[in-house]
Amino acid sequence: MNEKVVEMTCVVCPIGCDLKVTLDENGKFLSVTGNKCPKGAIYAKEEVTDPKRILPTSVKVIGGELPLVSVRTEKPIPKRLIFDAMKVIKSIHVNAPVKRGQVIIRNILNTKVNVIATRTVKENRKSP
Amino acid sequence: MKKLSYDVVILGGGAAGMGAIKGVLSQNASVLLIEREPSTGGVLNQCIHNGFGLQVFKKELTGPEYHEMYLETVEPFDAMYETTVLDVNFENSVLKAINAAGIYEIKYGALVLTTGARERPFEALRIPGSRPSGIFTAGLAQHFVNLENHLPGRRAVIIGSGDIGLIMARRLTLEGVEVEGVYEIMPYQGGLTRNVVQCLKDFNIPLHLSTSVVKIHGRERLEGVTVANFSDGNPVSGTERFVKCDTLVASVGLIPENDLVDKNIETSNDGGAVVDELMRTSVDNVFAAGNNVCIHDLVDFVTIEGETAGKNAARVAKGQKIPKREGFFKKGKGIRVLSVHYTTATVPFKMYVRVEHPMNMAMLKMNDTKLKVVLNAKPSEMIEIMLDPTKYNLKGEIVISATEVKK
Amino acid sequence: MKIAVIGTGIVGSLIAREFTKYKVEVEMFEKLPDVGWGVTKANSGILHAGYDDEPHTLRAKYCARGNEMYTTLSKELDFKIKRVGSLVVAFNDKEVKTIEELLERGRKNGVKDLKILSKIEALEVEPNLSREIIAALYSPNAGVIAPWEVAQAAVENALDNGAKLHLSTEVESILEENGKYRLNTSNGIFSFDVVVNAAGLWADELAESAGVKVTPLHPRRGQYILLDRSDLVKTVLFPTPSKAGKGTLVIPTVHDTTLLGPTSEDLTPSEKNSTETTVEGLSEVIKKAQKLVPMVNLSKAIRTFAGLRPENDIKDFVIKREKNMIHIVATRSPGLTAAPALAKDVVEDLAEKLNLRTNGEFRPKRKAIPRIADMNERDKEKLINQDPSYGRIVCRCNKVTEGEIVEAIRRGARTLDGIKFRTTAMFGRCQGSFCTVKIMNIMRRELGNDFEDIVKNLPKSNIVDGVVR
Repeated sequence: MNEKVVEMTCVVCPIGCDLKVTLDENGKFLSVTGNKCPKGAIYAKEEVTDPKRILPTSVKVIGGELPLVSVRTEKPIPKRLIFDAMKVIKSIHVNAPVKRGQVIIRNILNTKVNVIATRTVKENRKSP
Repeated sequence: MKKLSYDVVILGGGAAGMGAIKGVLSQNASVLLIEREPSTGGVLNQCIHNGFGLQVFKKELTGPEYHEMYLETVEPFDAMYETTVLDVNFENSVLKAINAAGIYEIKYGALVLTTGARERPFEALRIPGSRPSGIFTAGLAQHFVNLENHLPGRRAVIIGSGDIGLIMARRLTLEGVEVEGVYEIMPYQGGLTRNVVQCLKDFNIPLHLSTSVVKIHGRERLEGVTVANFSDGNPVSGTERFVKCDTLVASVGLIPENDLVDKNIETSNDGGAVVDELMRTSVDNVFAAGNNVCIHDLVDFVTIEGETAGKNAARVAKGQKIPKREGFFKKGKGIRVLSVHYTTATVPFKMYVRVEHPMNMAMLKMNDTKLKVVLNAKPSEMIEIMLDPTKYNLKGEIVISATEVKK
Repeated sequence: MKIAVIGTGIVGSLIAREFTKYKVEVEMFEKLPDVGWGVTKANSGILHAGYDDEPHTLRAKYCARGNEMYTTLSKELDFKIKRVGSLVVAFNDKEVKTIEELLERGRKNGVKDLKILSKIEALEVEPNLSREIIAALYSPNAGVIAPWEVAQAAVENALDNGAKLHLSTEVESILEENGKYRLNTSNGIFSFDVVVNAAGLWADELAESAGVKVTPLHPRRGQYILLDRSDLVKTVLFPTPSKAGKGTLVIPTVHDTTLLGPTSEDLTPSEKNSTETTVEGLSEVIKKAQKLVPMVNLSKAIRTFAGLRPENDIKDFVIKREKNMIHIVATRSPGLTAAPALAKDVVEDLAEKLNLRTNGEFRPKRKAIPRIADMNERDKEKLINQDPSYGRIVCRCNKVTEGEIVEAIRRGARTLDGIKFRTTAMFGRCQGSFCTVKIMNIMRRELGNDFEDIVKNLPKSNIVDGVVR
């Protein structure tokens, strides 16, 4: 058996557990140690197969008290899709008011993950 | 001059201040928040990245979500926004504040300082060369991008590997700004490993350790920087190289903000307010919490500290006796930062410490008592230690130390 | 009668104002986007007592008198002076001899109240001074000012009295034509009856363009380190002077910060824009400042900068008149202190020769931008009542309000540095990391600028570049 051990830092939360992931000779996930919670195990497995990340960014708001509303993907999306997702996010806008949690893009790039607003943006009452 | 009076006055409505409001209200005391900005939230408003809330909400949230969700758990409170405190008279427990309606004299039973931190500006580093535009602190660049909808430039170099700098490396990359690299003068990173992974490695942004900027070029807008390798804090001659960039983002440290009070309350040598585990400062009716006490990694702990400070401030304001200090902590070998400097030795509490330099295996001790072993201890990552007065003797002088141990 | 004044540094601005006391048309030319941004912006800001200058020099003629004139001038133009006094300290017997000579020279130059202090007396005046000193020359008359504030004030007052100002207009050459002077500028050609050349580092080249030979100038660079507000020192501290100049000082500024510097580096005439700081220069400043005050703590540094002074080989000012054209060249140290006296003499001399009529409507007074941080509570409340924007603090480090920033814009600030040098916003320990965005929003509102159009100082010094969405 040619097992391989890969070291990585879990990025699921800011605790940042140091993980040791064991892979078989084909690079397939076998086991993980060092994680302080079950999420770390899922992370480790995904990280060696198809890494996923939450994407936080912002979307243009029309008629809001702020020019942008911050958004994020509700769940992690494949890392390889991040720049494609940014293209979609850059191409759209929303109208104020925006509520926190409001779905801004449904099922982005068919990932079954929504992009949601992460803050409230009220309408701008000052200017027309 | 308008006169007001409250049981507890809180200075600063960021993550710690919001916690303090909640803490005060839990004791049925009256509370007034004084905040410079038009709303609560502080820096959370511009921290649109995820990584907040795992302790308080058991979910991973972004800064704005954490702010709004936490605020929803706080009962209504009195607040003065766009208001600045001019001075505090500690002897008479009264402060003066200014806003567009005039000058206020506000009497308090207890005061909670939740003023947060400020960034060390690039200019303080005394790096030679010219003084063009295009140089930002990471927080200022973040403000421009996330709140003002403007990009700082087209090709950026990041100096210092603090968390905001790492976060901005990713943020700028996502928005089409080319991030040439992150340069860190120390032989180890300044921010969390998690951020090195998801902000730099994910985007192939190089992190140059033991390397920093030695010269600034450009008369009007920044045209580039000279970087060099460093050894023991000094540039190594012959290693200089020019890096073309129009933007320099500095993430070179946070400084606890105690400008208003540091002549009257005890502060540590890193500028933080010195407190006991009840978050009381050297002045009996003045409490402090959050980054003005010590720079934290996690906002959740800041809020929790704020709650403790608010609760105890309310108790003092209502005339309740709270226990006096019995033990005092000293930084021993291998320790850079302690979050708490005194203890009443009455209740179990958490203390956060930072080690002086990275250690593969660090043994943390309290005087001669072993507390815990920490693998991969880094100055950038706070270590939590639980101190229980029923388990340990917490009276008198207590030296906290960290030493490298072999397996 | 049309008079051109070239350069709006301390000399040009005071000369322009002086001319508005007569019935003439005054136009000021400045190649930079704002007034007082050349030599005037980056020097030590000291009103010297006048003991340094050898008798019979123009420096000696104008220094003590200029110093005295600042008291009235500061009342008329409403800028801050702090008469903090100065100590020239001696570390050995040879230096004691030198300060004794300075005392003597000071007396010859008409400098009042000079005395030599013993070590103990000097340490009483200045407790943080090095314990290694053995004596010091004390002058209570030395003071500190922010030189650019004087230039701004003088220009504002000149404008109020009818003068005109051409900013971002470089005078490239002066030509005499039929008894008049033609100015070829970056913004077209102008014609004047009288021209005063106060072009600082470029005054020699401009004189040459008009066919007037003067001793050539070279820039002498001075590097500085600015420390945060503190009570580190109360008086201006000098080492005993040497051939290289007055040395590296520790200065309590008019804004309560501490300034360390300058170095004294002679550059070539082609380096008139070389305001870079260097490793060697900054280390030298630290070393020399710590010799005077061992407690100097570099963790309090908030900024470094360098300025250039116009130097010539004869080490004295040159005032050269050719018909109705006057060239003022090499206003090196103590040029700042000397400027009011020099301006008065130059203008009065010319007025007499040209029979200029005095302007009965001249208004000598100018009011500074109101400064909330310096007011008592009653005045603060009164002002906020009139204009609530004076209750909104924008710069937290120096407690500068929105009202002050709006007023600075009303008085001509069009850049971030324009606001900085008029209000002290962005001048403090955070160096603008908290208030820059707020100030840009105020500029956008008041001037209708886009963020992209707002610059730090020079035309291409934009702050942001493009939008996110």
